[in-house]
Amino acid sequence: MPVFLDFEEPIADLFEQLEKAQQTEAKGKVDVKDTIADLEAKLEKTRKEIYKDLTPWQRVQTSRHPERPYTLAYIESLTDDTFIELHGDRNVKDDKAMVGGFGMFEGQSVMFIGQQKGKNTKMRQYRNFGMPNPEGYRKALRLMKLAEKFNKPIVTLIDTPGAYPGLEAEERGQGEAIARNLIEMAQLTVPVICIIIGEGASGGALGIGVGDKVLMLENAWYSVISPENCSAILWRNWDHKETAADSLKLTAENMLGNGLIDGIIPEPSGGAHSDKEKAFSFVRKAIKKNIAELSKLDADERVSSRIEKFSNMGFVQD
Amino acid sequence: MSSWFKRAKQGVQTPTKEKKETPEGLWYKCRSCKNVMTSEDHSANYWVCDSCSYHERIGSIEYFRILFDENKFTEINRNLSSGDPLTFEDTKKYVDRLKSSKRKTGLVDAVRTAHGKLDGHAVVIGCMDFNFIGGSMGSVVGEKIARGIDEAIKKKVPFIMISKSGGARMMEAAFSLMQMAKTSAKLALLARAKLPFISILTDPTTGGVTASFAMLGDVNIAEPRALIGFAGPRIVKETIGKDLPEGFQTSEFLLEHGFLDYIVDRKELKNNLSSMLTMLEK
Repeated sequence: MPVFLDFEEPIADLFEQLEKAQQTEAKGKVDVKDTIADLEAKLEKTRKEIYKDLTPWQRVQTSRHPERPYTLAYIESLTDDTFIELHGDRNVKDDKAMVGGFGMFEGQSVMFIGQQKGKNTKMRQYRNFGMPNPEGYRKALRLMKLAEKFNKPIVTLIDTPGAYPGLEAEERGQGEAIARNLIEMAQLTVPVICIIIGEGASGGALGIGVGDKVLMLENAWYSVISPENCSAILWRNWDHKETAADSLKLTAENMLGNGLIDGIIPEPSGGAHSDKEKAFSFVRKAIKKNIAELSKLDADERVSSRIEKFSNMGFVQD
Repeated sequence: MSSWFKRAKQGVQTPTKEKKETPEGLWYKCRSCKNVMTSEDHSANYWVCDSCSYHERIGSIEYFRILFDENKFTEINRNLSSGDPLTFEDTKKYVDRLKSSKRKTGLVDAVRTAHGKLDGHAVVIGCMDFNFIGGSMGSVVGEKIARGIDEAIKKKVPFIMISKSGGARMMEAAFSLMQMAKTSAKLALLARAKLPFISILTDPTTGGVTASFAMLGDVNIAEPRALIGFAGPRIVKETIGKDLPEGFQTSEFLLEHGFLDYIVDRKELKNNLSSMLTMLEK
């Protein structure tokens, strides 16, 4: 049985009934074809209804769904298994929370970079829960410079609960590593597309998030802090995480409305985890369209409009 | 052991009416070594303790007085103030928080920018005010720094930034986050114009400020014993589950790990900047 989130309970119930009906059908004694068809239709309808109107907190939950596809799953699908992963920052080590490399996408070579989470306890630890250390950001920058040198577009896939707040991370300059990426990404001469596929937490997300086009999946979130930590700081406990999720205006729709991202990529009804192939195809379509459009501009135009775009972000009263 | 070694009764025993009050404003008691100086001596000593050299936190008014020749400068975008794009409310409404901060500090937001002369060098200086919502960076801070950089480019002069901030301002959420990208992108333009950017990190500089402009100086300078880091010490301690080593995330620690060019005493700051600017001049 798949994992269901708390607000998916009606879907879980129908799923269970459907499974029972299918078992009965398999035994072949009773004809339950109609019941099955009925349940399937109901399931689809319920799923659509629930997902039509998710609260910000429910989207945060969806963005962290354990079966949601992570960065490498997207890359493998988008590059039709041609991906060649490149490792290491050439200084300290290879950060397993950040992956990157070249792959063939729609007939051209593209640099893919992103934070990587793990699927099970062992892999989650191996990937440091998708929280990069400074060498992760430096590896990402090395790969971006490599792509720039050979004039290949860059696609970053963002999915992180934050940059790792550890002792060694501080010793090796977590702040400097992220800052360096911001100033360097602003000046990359090749097209840069950034897609928040799950969690976009703060500087850890932005560290690979300065692009010509910044897109969010429908159920992803992006903000300066996670709702839990926001609640912990402002209310001294985690009980206000739902309120915090509302207040932070962290959904794709809010972010687009505030002019802080450039577009939203739809997810299959039921979230990216409910139909991964469909989610991959939506992302593929968005990347294809944007690379084509950005490739029409020359490098100087791209850089100056990228810098201008970020320069215009904010809300002040003169 | 003799009882006179031990405190017989715990806590302060002096009744309140016998408590000796220090007259407000006349004396300064060092927060680090408890040394007492007259406030006049303290400010004449650049708000540095004459006994232990502790650098008291000061704001833009004081830094401008220290750095600009004869305290003469032209402030830019003085009245730029924060909106409340998200109608944010936690234990207090953001608009009310802004109002009370303005009233309390007499400032408009957490950064001031100005152009003027530093030992004869024309410069643009930005300086953060920690008293204003922890020096946090929201849209106004980002915008003022961005416009300060524009001004430096227009005037073809170096840009100096004095950081003192807890990081991004949560009440403006992603708007705050994007100020990191904005200020860094603007610094790219300054670099392309081949104009110097000198970053001065003071106590404290953490979070989104460290992870953007503060670490991007052509020269990174810090005051002694300042707290500088990305994650705050409490978060790091929680993450690793043990006590932090002595001196962790201080200026001296960052110098040792290669993220600062040098540490300078506040008394030497102006002279030092002047020499550095001379050496960077074309």
